[in-house]
Amino acid sequence: MALIAVALAVLPFALAAVGTTWVRITNLAILFILLSLGLNIVVGFAGLLDLGYIAFYAVGAYVYALLASPQFDIHWPFWAVVPLGALVACIFGVLLGAPTLKLRGDYLAIVTLGFGEIVRIFLNNLSQPVNITNGPQGISRIDPIRIGNLSLGSTDTLAGLTFSGPIKYYYLLIVVLLLVLIVNVRLQHSRIGRAWEAIREDETAARAMGIDTMRMKLLAFAMGASFGGIAGSIFSAMQGFISPESFVLVESIMVLSMVVLGGMGNIWGVAAGALLLSFVPELLRYTVGPMQQALFGRSIIEPEVIRMLLFGLALVVMMMYRPAGLFPSAVRRRELTRRTQAQ
Amino acid sequence: MVFFGAACVETFIQQLINGLTLGAVYAMVALGYTMVYGIIQLINFAHGEVVMIGAMVSFSVIGALVAAHTGLPAWAIVFAAAAAAIPVCMAVSYLTERIAYRPLRGAPRLAPLITAIGISIILQQIGLMIWSRNPLAFPQILDNRVFHVAGATVTSVQLAIWIVSILMMTGLAAMVYRTRLGIAMRATSQNPQVAGLMGIDIDRIIAATFIIGAALAAIAGVMVGTYYGIAHYTMGSLLGLKAFCAAVLGGIGNIPGAMLGGIVLGVVEALGAGYIGDLTNNWFGSNYQDVFAFIVLILVLVFRPSGLLGERVADRV
Amino acid sequence: MSAPLLQAENVGKYFGGVQALLGVSFAIRADEIYGLIGPNGAGKTTLFNLITGFAAPDSGRVSFEGRPLAGLKPDAIAKLGIARTFQNIRLFANLSALENVMIGRHARTRAGVAAAVLRTRAQRAEEAAIEARAAELLDYVGIAARADALARNLSYGDQRRLEIARALATEPRLLALDEPAAGMNATETQALAGLLRRVRSDGVTLVLIEHDMHLVMGLCDRVLVLDFGRRIAEGTPREVQHDPAVAAAYLGAPAA
Repeated sequence: MALIAVALAVLPFALAAVGTTWVRITNLAILFILLSLGLNIVVGFAGLLDLGYIAFYAVGAYVYALLASPQFDIHWPFWAVVPLGALVACIFGVLLGAPTLKLRGDYLAIVTLGFGEIVRIFLNNLSQPVNITNGPQGISRIDPIRIGNLSLGSTDTLAGLTFSGPIKYYYLLIVVLLLVLIVNVRLQHSRIGRAWEAIREDETAARAMGIDTMRMKLLAFAMGASFGGIAGSIFSAMQGFISPESFVLVESIMVLSMVVLGGMGNIWGVAAGALLLSFVPELLRYTVGPMQQALFGRSIIEPEVIRMLLFGLALVVMMMYRPAGLFPSAVRRRELTRRTQAQ
Repeated sequence: MVFFGAACVETFIQQLINGLTLGAVYAMVALGYTMVYGIIQLINFAHGEVVMIGAMVSFSVIGALVAAHTGLPAWAIVFAAAAAAIPVCMAVSYLTERIAYRPLRGAPRLAPLITAIGISIILQQIGLMIWSRNPLAFPQILDNRVFHVAGATVTSVQLAIWIVSILMMTGLAAMVYRTRLGIAMRATSQNPQVAGLMGIDIDRIIAATFIIGAALAAIAGVMVGTYYGIAHYTMGSLLGLKAFCAAVLGGIGNIPGAMLGGIVLGVVEALGAGYIGDLTNNWFGSNYQDVFAFIVLILVLVFRPSGLLGERVADRV
Repeated sequence: MSAPLLQAENVGKYFGGVQALLGVSFAIRADEIYGLIGPNGAGKTTLFNLITGFAAPDSGRVSFEGRPLAGLKPDAIAKLGIARTFQNIRLFANLSALENVMIGRHARTRAGVAAAVLRTRAQRAEEAAIEARAAELLDYVGIAARADALARNLSYGDQRRLEIARALATEPRLLALDEPAAGMNATETQALAGLLRRVRSDGVTLVLIEHDMHLVMGLCDRVLVLDFGRRIAEGTPREVQHDPAVAAAYLGAPAA
């Protein structure tokens, strides 16, 4: 335990020695773990397929960007804006979920996908006649997170060590990640977590047990949305710039791939899936590109294409050979292999 | 506000014409979704990508024939493009069914759905690798003759789209309701177990469904390409989604429903885009066109999940 | 006579054009074991669905402890005190027996998200109580040794028992059992009868659908006979047995 803590504390300096880019990549990877854990509540715990999850991330990001940037010259502190981002995302989740959660699973998937697109289209176009989102140009010069006099956006030196902005965000993200992990683990092993499990297993029987299934699904939706909102707010502050392009359908599918690859319902598996799908493409970017250059003298397959192919293949191959993920939750593994003979 | 003067009637008719064209394309694509859904309850996410591949293949064929100066008339070139796109799309669709979906038959519903998303991504990237990342402009070979109707205009391409889609849909209806294959398809969608017991080869029927849907998608791809004059490797996803919305609007699994849903959605979109500015005091403009399909989808699923002509889709006990 | 625990008045239900139930009335008294019999398709399970909120009657009314059930969803009815089992066993197949029963405690416990996340003292106490009660119930139905086994790996008879334990976990005053002895052999059925009597003596009223006439006759205080959605007889097992209409329904002969 202490060893892991030390390793996590030292990691950013080791990465910074290789290149600050790697600290940034790690930070984004942690954000994706946060997103995957949020989506895991919806997909993994409650069994609801949400294909528009990135919309909640977008909502959180824009709430932060609008309330802490020169866009409206509002500069609220992060401790007010981040929770607000979570709250607004949560409200969006409830507004979307309330009328649609009674739909059969695959319809819910499509409706959430449509919702994701609607949010993106609005973000893209709400620059006229009143400029709210600044349209496709996005919002820039977003305030970094400031804790007292400490700005996470700038570089400080302390005790001979250089703390760059990304390194400071890294520590913040690790703290948030720990909190989110604790929340997830505790929820899973609680009355609420059991109710979700029951709904996923057999909704009719769950209702007969006195579980208000609509309410529990809505709760899962709202919680997942809130986590997305928090991740989005931090993303906004960390990047200092956001635009609708960061919140396209592919991003939703990427997060879903992480959850599926890791193992729906298994918190540690999902985290591992997110790490894997965040880092492998980056590694490929730095290896496959130059390798192709060396072998063929030019780049035949762009790294970006490889990345996307990887996501696509991850989904297809996993469903075929390991539907419960690389690190399956015990219950999910049994569920996902169960019906091959029964039906 | 909307004024119903002469000019407005013309705008209305123009939007209606555009909407009907768009709707014909949606209907053709929606049929693929609805037939597959009707038979194996799968939302075949990759179907939109099949349309993209249809458009791309036709782009290549038209480009090659134009470059070769064959002297063929324009309609023959387009016909050749469709003739090439159809088998390619059929093959793609058949292979995805065979390789990705068939092994998952009987698995929980989410499994093939997630697979379909994966296939969709893969096909897009294949499209990107073969036909580049950039939008491809179709050579303008069809002389787009313009007809004037009640102050609005109809182009020959629009007319062609209407005629072809009417022919295709009539043909499909005849096939589904008159032939042995069609009867087997309908039997399978009613009850696969019983159909299997009756000696119907379910796997063959499912494959046939995918293939027929792919042929319609290929033609839709050619239509979209020649109508808008442009193709792009991502064009299939939004088009596919909207067509799916159309299928739900008509009542998923219901073939006449998909046709109706496509047409209605096309018209709603065109009229919506045309009038949203007037109706909202220019708060929202035609750039919100893509929102309508999803709003229609959500409204239908919430208030009339059976669609215009279909069965219920909400959970039953 | 005291007010009935559950009362159905003139209950009717259609599916499409088919009349599943036609003006059926009956009353279940507290602390009795009430049987529901009739040929297949008589409307027994439909009646269960109406009582437990899985379907709404098209006419008539059902009330529980004097309270109308109209418009209540299954979970609300479970909270009121009616629990049920299913004809084709619906356990949470991939969870352990213990977890199945723990889920049954949902309606009688309260810890929410905040309590779970903060692991409050009350929440931990409640969790411990849930587990203890679940273990107790497994013991009560006689499958304590199988607590950690997955529900789907239990024998058929044990699955039926687990379903009863899970239903009892919701602290019902009325327990509705849909063919509890289906698929059991004679010994198992005997043991089941013993268990059900014990449940009744612990203050839970029972209503059961059952095809095993031997069990029904030995166990039930009163029996309601349905045929084609109509009530054709009600009374003690002995009375019903000698009712010509019942014999006709079962033997297919026209009622004299």
